[in-house]
Amino acid sequence: MTLVAQHSELHDDALDGLQLSTRLDRIWRTPSGLIGALTSVDHKVVGRRYILTAFVFLLLGGILAILMRLQLAGAEKHVLSADLYNQVFTMHGSTMMFLFAVPVMEAFAVYLVPLMVGTRNIAFPRLNAFSYWIFLFGGCFLWISFLFNVGPDVGWFAYVPLSNLQFTPSKRADVWAQMITFTEVAALAVAVEIIVTVFKQRAPGMTLDRIPIFVWSMLVTAFLVMFAMPSVMIASMSLILDRLVNTHFFDAAAGGNALLWQHLFWFFGHPEVYIIFLPATGMASAILATFARRPVIGYPVIVLSLIATGFLSFGLWVHHMFVTGLPQLGAALFTANSMLIAVPSGLQIFCWLATLWDGRPIYRTPLLFVLGFVVVFVIGGLSGVMVASVPIDTQVHDTYFVVAHFHYVLIGGAVFPLIGAVYYWFPKISGRMLSERLGRWNFWLAFIGFNVAFFPMHILGLMGMPRRVYTYTPDMGWDRLNLLSSCGAALFAVSFVLLIANVVVSVRRGAPAGRNPWDASTLEWATTSPPPSYNFDRIPAVDHREPLWSDTESLRVVAGLSVERREVLLTSLAEADPQIREASPEPSIWPLLTALATTVFFICTIFTPWAVLWGTPPMAVALIGWFWPTGSREDEE
Amino acid sequence: MSAWMRSGLVLLAAWPLGACAGRQSALDPHALQSADILRIFVAFLVVAAVVWIAVVVVLAVGLWRQPSLSRHPLALHPPFERRAGQIVLGLGIATVLIVLALSLVSYAGQRSVFAKDPNALTLKITGHQWWWEVSYEADSPHLSFVTANEIRIPVEQPVRVQLQSADVIHSFWIPSLTGKMDLITGQQNEIQFTAKRAGVYRGQCAEFCGLQHAHMAFAVIALPQDEFKRWRDHENQSAGSPVDPLSKRGEELFRARGCALCHTVRGTLAGGQLGPDLTHFGSRTTIAAGTLPLNSASLGAWLADPQHIKPGNLMPQMALQSDELIAIHHYLEQLK
Amino acid sequence: MNQHIVQNVGELPTYGFGPRSGPWWGAMGFITLEGMGFAVAVGAYLYLYAVNPTWPIGAPPPDLWPGSLATALYLLSVIPNQYTNRVAHRQDLRKVRACLIVMSLIGIVLLVLRGFEFAHLNTRWDNSAYGSIVWLILGLHTTHLATDLADTVVLTVLMFTSHAKPRRFSDVTDNVFYWNFVVLAWLPLYVLLDWVPRL
Repeated sequence: MTLVAQHSELHDDALDGLQLSTRLDRIWRTPSGLIGALTSVDHKVVGRRYILTAFVFLLLGGILAILMRLQLAGAEKHVLSADLYNQVFTMHGSTMMFLFAVPVMEAFAVYLVPLMVGTRNIAFPRLNAFSYWIFLFGGCFLWISFLFNVGPDVGWFAYVPLSNLQFTPSKRADVWAQMITFTEVAALAVAVEIIVTVFKQRAPGMTLDRIPIFVWSMLVTAFLVMFAMPSVMIASMSLILDRLVNTHFFDAAAGGNALLWQHLFWFFGHPEVYIIFLPATGMASAILATFARRPVIGYPVIVLSLIATGFLSFGLWVHHMFVTGLPQLGAALFTANSMLIAVPSGLQIFCWLATLWDGRPIYRTPLLFVLGFVVVFVIGGLSGVMVASVPIDTQVHDTYFVVAHFHYVLIGGAVFPLIGAVYYWFPKISGRMLSERLGRWNFWLAFIGFNVAFFPMHILGLMGMPRRVYTYTPDMGWDRLNLLSSCGAALFAVSFVLLIANVVVSVRRGAPAGRNPWDASTLEWATTSPPPSYNFDRIPAVDHREPLWSDTESLRVVAGLSVERREVLLTSLAEADPQIREASPEPSIWPLLTALATTVFFICTIFTPWAVLWGTPPMAVALIGWFWPTGSREDEE
Repeated sequence: MSAWMRSGLVLLAAWPLGACAGRQSALDPHALQSADILRIFVAFLVVAAVVWIAVVVVLAVGLWRQPSLSRHPLALHPPFERRAGQIVLGLGIATVLIVLALSLVSYAGQRSVFAKDPNALTLKITGHQWWWEVSYEADSPHLSFVTANEIRIPVEQPVRVQLQSADVIHSFWIPSLTGKMDLITGQQNEIQFTAKRAGVYRGQCAEFCGLQHAHMAFAVIALPQDEFKRWRDHENQSAGSPVDPLSKRGEELFRARGCALCHTVRGTLAGGQLGPDLTHFGSRTTIAAGTLPLNSASLGAWLADPQHIKPGNLMPQMALQSDELIAIHHYLEQLK
Repeated sequence: MNQHIVQNVGELPTYGFGPRSGPWWGAMGFITLEGMGFAVAVGAYLYLYAVNPTWPIGAPPPDLWPGSLATALYLLSVIPNQYTNRVAHRQDLRKVRACLIVMSLIGIVLLVLRGFEFAHLNTRWDNSAYGSIVWLILGLHTTHLATDLADTVVLTVLMFTSHAKPRRFSDVTDNVFYWNFVVLAWLPLYVLLDWVPRL
C-alpha cells in the first residue's frame, strides 16, 4: 500500500523579490524571545553562539596564561600556590584545546559551510543545536568545578597513574575526564553534520573540484574528528571506570598498563593538532585568494595536501612517547613519519607564496594576519621537525622548547589565521566592518607580543627548564628570559583587548558592509550581510570554482523549492546534481532538553555507577520527543 | 621581520659556542651523549634557519614586486600558472629529500646516543613523589647500598641507569649529560651515559608528577675514578656511632620522635623505608631533592617546617622543642 | 544581484532511500565513528593481550555457548532484516509492521541473551585488566544493541499510528542499515572475546 500526499504546494518559482523573501523568512526565521532563543536550529544562530562561547573560553584560558606568566616572571614568586598553579596549567591546556581551539574551528564551519556550499541550513540542525548545548554545559561544568576548587590538576593529558584514584583521590580527575566526554560528543556531532552538509547539500554544479578550499579543509577535519576522538572517549571512559568501579585498565599490578593510556591519548592527541590546524589553513587560503586578488595557485595540490595531512596525522602519535623506553627502530620510523608530514604542509606554504608572488596584495588586516601566520608558523613547523628526531627529543621533550614549539604551531598556525578570519568574516556575520586602524594595531601588537613571549622559551628549554614547574630557583639563570617572555605575554594580551574593543565598537557603529565588501569569490558573499534566515532566496547554481568572480553581473540559481515549509536541496555526492527536496527541521526545544538530560547523566555518573540506570530513561524520553513526528507537513510526506 | 627574531636565532646559534651555560643546560654538554645530541641539534638548526630565511625572503620579494596594473582576478597567465605548479612540485620533492636526509641523521645519532656498553657501572634509580632513590648494585650484597637525590659517578666510564617508579611516572634528565628517560610504573627503562669531565651536573624530573614536580631535582657528581672508588667504599659503610653527647641525644630523638619510621640510617635501629636513606646525609649537597642547599640554616628551616618549604611532601611537621630540634639537626649533620 | 534561473527542481521527490537521502549519510557517519570506537577498544584489548605474559588473567576463558548462540542469532537475524528492507522499499505498510515486530522480538531475545553472556564471562570487571577490557567491550556493544532495539520499538509503534507516512519507510531502511552494523560489529568481537583467550 502506498501513501502519497496530495496537495499543491507553492514553490519559489512562482514568487519574486520581496514577496519571495517575506514568505521564506516567515518559514525559516527563528521565533523571537526566550523560547526562540532556546529552540533555534538556524546554523547561523547556533554558529554565532558557538563562536562567541569559544572566544569566551579563549579569554578565560588567556587569563590563566597571564597568571602563569606572572608566577614565572621571576624566580620563587608566590602569585600562585603549587596546588593552584597545577590546576591553572591544566585548566589552561584543557580549556584551550577542548573548549576553544577545536570548537571555534567547528563553530566557524557551522556558520560558514552551509553558506559557502549554498544551502539553507546545516544537515541535522537539531543535532547542531544539541551539540552547542552539550559544549556549553561541558565547558561550564569544567569551569564551575574549577571555581569550587575541584579543577583538574593532572595536566591536560591526565597521565595515569597520577590521575588514578590512588594519587588523585578527589574528583578533580573525574571532572577532567567527563569534560572530555562532553566536548567530544559535541565535536563528533558537528563532524557528522559537516560531512553530510558537504556531501549532500552542495549547490547544484558544485562538483568536487569546485568546493571552496575552506570547505575542503573542514571536510577533512571532520573526518579526523570522527577517527581520532573515539580514542580519547574510550580512554576517558576507562579512566572513569578505573576510578569509580575499580576496573584495572591502567593498573600495572593487575595486568593493566600505564602506557596504554598514552597510546590512546596520543592516538587522538596528535590528529587533534591537525584538527585545529587544517581549518586554519583553509581560512588562510580563503583570505589569500581574496586579498591577493587571484585564485590560490595549486588548488589540487592544496586539496591533496589536506587529505594527505589527514592520513599522515594518524601515524605520528608515538613521537609524544619517545622517552618512554620504546624499541629504538620503531621510534625511528615514527621520526621519519613525523617529519614527512612537513611535506604536505610545505606544499601548502609554497602554493601560498606563489599566489602572493603573482597577486597584487591589498594590505587589509585579514591579510596581515595571514602573512604573520606564514612567518611564524614556519618556525613552529621547523621546530616540529626538530622534536620529531628521537635524540633531539630526548633533550627537549617536556621542556619549554616544546612549549615554544607548539605555541608557534597552535597560535602561529591556527590563532593568527583565525583572527584574520574574524576580521574577514565579521562583516558577513554582523553586517558591519571592523575598524581597520584598530586592526593594524591589533596585528602588530599580536605579532610582536607573541614572538617576544614565546621565542625565548626555545632557549629556556635548552637551558634545562622543564614544563609544568610552578617555580624555580634564582641560581638556575632562567629569570631574565622568563621576565622577557612575561612582558611579551602582556603585549599579546593587549592585542586581544584591542580585538574585543574593535568587535564591541564595530558591531554597533562599524561601517555597513554590504553583500561583498572584499569583492571575494565564494558563495557566502552572494547573499546579504548578515544573511537572511533562509540564507539564499534561491539556491545558487555553480559552474565555476570562483562563482562570484566568473560572473559579476548575475547569479545563476535554481528554482522550485517550497515556500510553505523548510526545504533544502540534496544533490549527488560527486557531481552535485539535484536529487531530492528534503524537509529541514523546525525549531525545537528537544535538543536542549536532551542536552540537559545528558548533562545530568554525565555529571552523575562520575559519582555513582547507578546513574547509568536512572539517568538513561530521561535521555531516552527526550530523544523520543526529539524524533517523534509533530504532525506538521514536513513530517508527513 | 622583527629584528628580535633574527637576533634571537643568531643568539641561539651562538649559544653552544660558549656563552652562558646555566646549571643544567643542554647547550653545555659534558658527556659523549649530550655532545652527540647537541651536534644533531645544531645540524637541524642550520637547516631550519636556512629554510626559514628562504621562505621569508621569497615572501618579502613576492610582496615587494608590484606586478603590472590590476587585472580581473581570473585573468590568469597560463604559462605562469604552469611554471608555478612545476616550482611548487619541485620544492615539494626537495622537502621530501631534506626530510629523508634529516631522518637519517637523526637515526645515526640515535644509534650512537643509545649505544650500550656491557661493562657499564650499573645504578638503579627509583622515582618517588618527589625524590630519587639511588641504589648502587654490586655482585655481592654487602657492596650494594642505597642513597638518595645525589648520584656520584666515575668520569670516563659508561654508567647504566635502570629506571623504575614507586608511584607515578617521573622522568630522569641531566641535560649536560644526556637526554631524558621516563620512570614508568610497572616497567623498567634504562639509559646510559659517559661523563667526560668531573663536575656537578644538575638534573630534574621532567614528567609532571604531581604537586611538587618543581621540587624534584638531583645532582650528578662526576668524580675521577680513584676518588669515586674512595667515595663508594665510604658510602658502603654504615653510619658511625655519634661521639658527642648532643649527637647521641639526636640519635635517640631521631628514633623516639618517629623520624626512624620513615628513614633508614644504616648501622642504627632506624630502618624506615618511606623516605630517603640518610646514612651519609651530612655529606650531601642539598636537601629535599635539590630544593635547598644543605647548610645549617636550611636544615634547621626544613626540620622546623618541611610543609612550608615543600608543601604536600610526605614529611610531617614534627612537634619538636627547640633543644630537640638542635640535637636532631646536629646528629644529621655529623652523618658524613 | 540579478538572478538567472538555470533549472527548476520543483518536480524532485521530497524523500529518498539509501545514499540519496541525508539521514542515511548521517547514520553512516555515526556508524563510522562508533566503528572506530570498537576498533580502539579492540586495539586496547590486543595491546593488553600483548603486554601480559598470561591471558586471560586469573580466570578461565568465557563459556562458549552464550556467545556462540548469540552469534548464530545475529547471523540469522540478517534474513528478516533484509526482508524488512525490501518491504519498506515497496512501502508495504502491513508487512513492514509485521517485520518490525519480529525485529523487536529478536532484539529483546538478544538483549536477554546478553545477560547470560556477561554471566558466563567467568570474570568480573574488577578482577584484572582482562576482566575490565572484556566487560568494556561487551558493554560497548550492549549499548548499541539496546539503542537499536529502542529505535526499532519506537518505529514499530510509529507505524501503528497516523504518522505512518511514506518518508517513515526511509527511516525503516535506515534502521535496517544500523542493525546490519550491530551484527557486523559483533562478529569480530565474538572472535576476540570467546576465542582469543583460548589461543
